[in-house]
Order: sequence, then C-alpha cells, then structure tokens
Amino acid sequence: METVFGLVGDGFALVVTDTSAVQSIVVQKTDDDKIMVLDSHKLMGCTGEKGDRVQFSEFIQKNIALYHFRNGIPLSTAAAANFTRNELAVALRKNPYQTNMMIAGWDKDVGPSLYYLDYIATLHKLEKGGLGYGAYFLLSLMDRYYEKNMSVDKALELVDKCIAEVRARLVVAPPNFVIKIVDKDGARTLAWRKTVEEMSGPPSE
Amino acid sequence: MSRRYDSRTTIFSPEGRLYQVEYAMEAISNAGAAIGVLAKDGVVLAAEKRVTSKLLATTKSTEKMYKIDDHVACAVAGIMADANILINTARLQAQRYTLAYQEPMPVEQLVQSLCDTKQGYTQFGGLRPFGVSFLFAGYDSNFGFQLYMSDPSGNYGGWKAAAIGANNQAAQSMLKQDYKDDITREEALQLALKVLSKTMDSTTLSAEKLELAEISLSPQGEVKYKVWSADDLNKMLLTFGITQPVEES
Repeated sequence: METVFGLVGDGFALVVTDTSAVQSIVVQKTDDDKIMVLDSHKLMGCTGEKGDRVQFSEFIQKNIALYHFRNGIPLSTAAAANFTRNELAVALRKNPYQTNMMIAGWDKDVGPSLYYLDYIATLHKLEKGGLGYGAYFLLSLMDRYYEKNMSVDKALELVDKCIAEVRARLVVAPPNFVIKIVDKDGARTLAWRKTVEEMSGPPSE
Repeated sequence: MSRRYDSRTTIFSPEGRLYQVEYAMEAISNAGAAIGVLAKDGVVLAAEKRVTSKLLATTKSTEKMYKIDDHVACAVAGIMADANILINTARLQAQRYTLAYQEPMPVEQLVQSLCDTKQGYTQFGGLRPFGVSFLFAGYDSNFGFQLYMSDPSGNYGGWKAAAIGANNQAAQSMLKQDYKDDITREEALQLALKVLSKTMDSTTLSAEKLELAEISLSPQGEVKYKVWSADDLNKMLLTFGITQPVEES
C-alpha cells in the first residue's frame, strides 16, 4: 500500500512518499521517512520490501558519496539515476531488490530533473510520475492538473489533491505523507501531511 | 652489484628504486617522440613515426595516435605491443563507465584508472611493467580541455605541454620556453610541430615521418578528434616554415 510520486516545477523537483511502515496487519510506524537524501542536491524516494528499501538506498547513497570523494566532483542526477538502474539491473537476475523509487535532483546545467525507476530496472526521465497502488489514482490527477514550471505553492496544491485522493479512495490508505524538495539551494524536507501522530506516554491521571 | 635486484620486477632495490620501472622508461627514451600542447580551445598531439616505408598502409591505421573514446585520444611512446594492450584496457574502462553512468568518462578518471592498472604491474603478479608512456588529450564538461602524461610507474600528471619518447627532456625545455597560457589551437599546432622538428634525429622532415592529431569542439559543442592527412600536414609544415618548398629545377 506504499505510494511514491514526484513532479518537476519551476527550478525545483518534489518527491512525496507515504510514511507508514507496515508488517502484516500492524502499522509499526506512521512517520517512517522513505525519502533518502543521496547528496546535497539529490533525493530518492524508495518504496517496497522493507529490508531491501533501506539496504539499497543506503548502498546507493554511499556509492554516490564514494564517487565524490574519489573524483572530487559529484555525480550528475542523470548519471546517478543510470548508475542506480544499472545496480538494479545487475541484481535482477541474481538476487533482485524489490524496491521502486523516484529519483529527483537539481544540476547547475540542467536544472531540476525527475526519474522513475521500478523494481525491474525500468528507468524513465519524467516531468511527473508515481508508483504503488496510489499511482492508479494520482497519475490521472496529475495528467489533469499538472502544468509545466509551476511555483512551489501551486505544486503543493497538486500534491495535496493527490494525497487527498489516495486517502479517500485507497482501501488501506496510509495516513501520513512526507514531501521533500530539491532546488538550487539543495535537498531538504519541505512539509509533512499528517492525520495520525505517534502516541507516547501513559494517559494523564 | 644492484643487478641482483632487477630481475624481480616487484621488489625494491636497497637504494629504494624499482629497477624494472626504470628500465621500462629507458626503453621509452629510445622510442619515437610525442609532444602534446594544451590550448584554450583544444589539445594538440604531434608524434614522430619510426616505421616509415612507402609500403605502409598509412590511411588505414596510425602508428602513434589512438582514439580511446569519442572525447579522449592518446599518443604513445614505447613498445607498441604493450601499448595496444593498454589502449584496449583504456577503451574498455571508458565504455564500462558509460554503461554504468550513461555519460562520457571524465578524462582524469580514465587516466587514473589506466594508471592504477599500470601500477599493479609494479607491485604484484611478478609480470614486467608496460614499456609505454602516454599523452592523453581529452575534453569533458567538468574541466574542459586537458592533457595528461603517464609513465610505466603508474604516475600521471596534468600538463599544459609535455613530451615523451626520444629527446623528451630537450623538447620539454623548448616547450617551457615558448609556451604561453591562452595559446590558441593554431599556435599550439605550430609550437608542437616546431619543437618536434627540432628534436627529431632526421635531417629532412616531411609528413611521412610525422603524425598530427587534435581534440577540439565543433560549433555544435561535440568533441572532435582529427588526424591530419599527409597532404594537409605537408601544407602545414610549409605554412609554418618548418619545411622549405621543393625547388623546381
């Protein structure tokens, strides 16, 4: 029931994922951040098999860091996305990673870019896209309401429409979502959309 | 007396030298010279051919210049058979990078990768080092035009102008005198050919004894690797005054 989606706006790209960590019928965590910051200007929202998701995204993050240390220059978003795809493709016929992801980045010469990468190593450069059951609803919403070069506020309106649709129509809809942004100033968390908080402490006397 | 330390390639001598590596460099200093000059709009490679015969099919292959990838070329000096192995290795490394990253391999990373291979032969395996020095000329979007020189030890450096092969020290000091930053490609061609002609052994110079190549950018922004034909090279030698026109009798 995990959902990841993203879109490109005017000088920025957004990645949104739900934040539920589910095991069988139990929701273990409602604030599980699934969007990894790969480097200063790259984001990777990763869903799928829990172990694979963390293992693979950390593996990619560390390889991107290693490249930067070895060569003194960071990888471009396109190169990082293709590298990730290659890793998935090589593992696919040995020991596949069951993870889907949206990779977003900002490069000085290219601006913002977004990549769709599914578990069988399908890589597409897109303006907008999504994976998971939620994608069944939000892809058509994005087709209808997406415009090129939207401002952050307009893009967030569209993101909120998508989240509302997933909440309304998906049978086991995740309650909370996290939105991260990448632009010339870097990759960072933009906002959360929560309907459920983690509980803590005994009820007050 | 240090002879007993030079048959094993991968051990130090008591003075802390690697004899096999030094002997490899000795082999290269007897080979045909190659010169590279970095200009602000390109890189020029000029080399002296040692195998000159009318029977050579020169249009089909070059002796000293090789293309590694669309954006990198090299000039070699030393044992040709060794060079072929390394050139193939370099080509493989460049393509592997492009396969993984879908981008051309940055020039320094390519040189470094090849030099790591060369270094291996000085430390383990018991195989002799490669008797080749390279001049790499290339372009990438990170650092623009670049010139690198590498030797059998696996050391490499980025240069504005460099020479390898026979008389390379004389060539290097000539380059040091006449090179200026902001040199254009046209001036670099002239400098490379002039220095090469001065350091070559032969008394008469002609296009048959030389190879000339350059890396530049097309107006569309694509990297171009060009090797001069013998005719164009002869014309250029005349224009620069390096050869005199043949007297008509």
